[in-house]
Amino acid sequence: MKEYLLLFASTVLVNNFILSRFLGLCIFFGVSKNVNAAAGMGIAVTGVMTLTSMCVWAVYNLILVPLNLTFISLVIIVLFMAIFVQLLEMIIRKFAPALYQMWGIYLLIVATNCVILGVPLINIEANYSFAFSTVHAFGAGVGFALALVLMASLREKIRFADVPKPLEGLGIAFILAGCLSLAFFGFSGMISI
Amino acid sequence: MENWKIFAKGLILENPILVLALSLCPAIAVTSSVMTAITMGLTVTYVITLNNVVVSLIKNFVNPKVRVPIYITSIATIVTIAVLVLKAYAPSLYKELGIYLELVVVFAIILARAEVFASKNSVGRSFLDGFGMGCGFLGAMVIIGAIREVLGNGTFLGFSVFGQAYDPALIMILPPGGFILIGYLVALFKMINDSREKRQRIRGESA
Repeated sequence: MKEYLLLFASTVLVNNFILSRFLGLCIFFGVSKNVNAAAGMGIAVTGVMTLTSMCVWAVYNLILVPLNLTFISLVIIVLFMAIFVQLLEMIIRKFAPALYQMWGIYLLIVATNCVILGVPLINIEANYSFAFSTVHAFGAGVGFALALVLMASLREKIRFADVPKPLEGLGIAFILAGCLSLAFFGFSGMISI
Repeated sequence: MENWKIFAKGLILENPILVLALSLCPAIAVTSSVMTAITMGLTVTYVITLNNVVVSLIKNFVNPKVRVPIYITSIATIVTIAVLVLKAYAPSLYKELGIYLELVVVFAIILARAEVFASKNSVGRSFLDGFGMGCGFLGAMVIIGAIREVLGNGTFLGFSVFGQAYDPALIMILPPGGFILIGYLVALFKMINDSREKRQRIRGESA
């Protein structure tokens, strides 16, 4: 139990996927203009990431490894994920229209994103067990949501600041992210796995 | 002239990293040294050019409803080739690039060029577009990598630049330095493009 908790805490804070591994930056800068959208995106990413990483674990360890097809695992995993997310979108649209109204638009952006593909690939590389990789993916999602919401609230504040003209928009967002990443650096060395 | 325009717009005007702000992950993740930045840039150039050609060749046979999975499969195949080649011939670089090499598959810029340009244009033009975007990507990567390595480690491609007396600014190699540096580079590119636009407007008025 202890190691699961440690893994969770370390993926949320120490090895935060945005701020120390730089995955999912496109979403991070694209959707962090207001807090509500950021929270919705964070929840969608967490859900999709946990589900896909469970499925990818099963596909890799139960199908690709026995068949000796690991050398084309990349092609199969990417294709599988594209189909899976599309399916998920259809299911949500059919059975939970209210949920779809809120998060539907985010799902397709999520489908081909580095953080969604990155986490299952890291799980495979590190040879995590099923439970371990599920916790890892969930932690990664929570960490992603945390950083996204923090960033969005910072950007809402900075809208009233007098920023030099060339830095407006993306430029200042990067510098903010740098400060945020510096703050998260305080966690490093706290937990080591 | 027109061909040159297709090629050149990827370099500065629509630079994939610093203007379009697509595929930012590798721009910070693998630019802590020049060597990894160059390897990554070359890989992306190869993938984007080849994929543009493939997409342009098959554009008439693809049903628009299933185009995205098809494009992704094509990209994933091309990337797998690059991964296997690097694994075999440059294992130490492969190790350093790690997971980011495989993640080339989902770089937004590659899918975006296939969707926006290659699926509507001839093979030759798509090749030029992909090659130009790739070169712009490579250029931005090398600039970022060079600044970070020189300031953060005092070396360029592993050779010492300032000698022993230099005290390296470690933050440039760490993640926060990468973010902050790209912020300033984005602002610089915005200034260049803005002043160019202004010049062109003045020239247009006088003509």
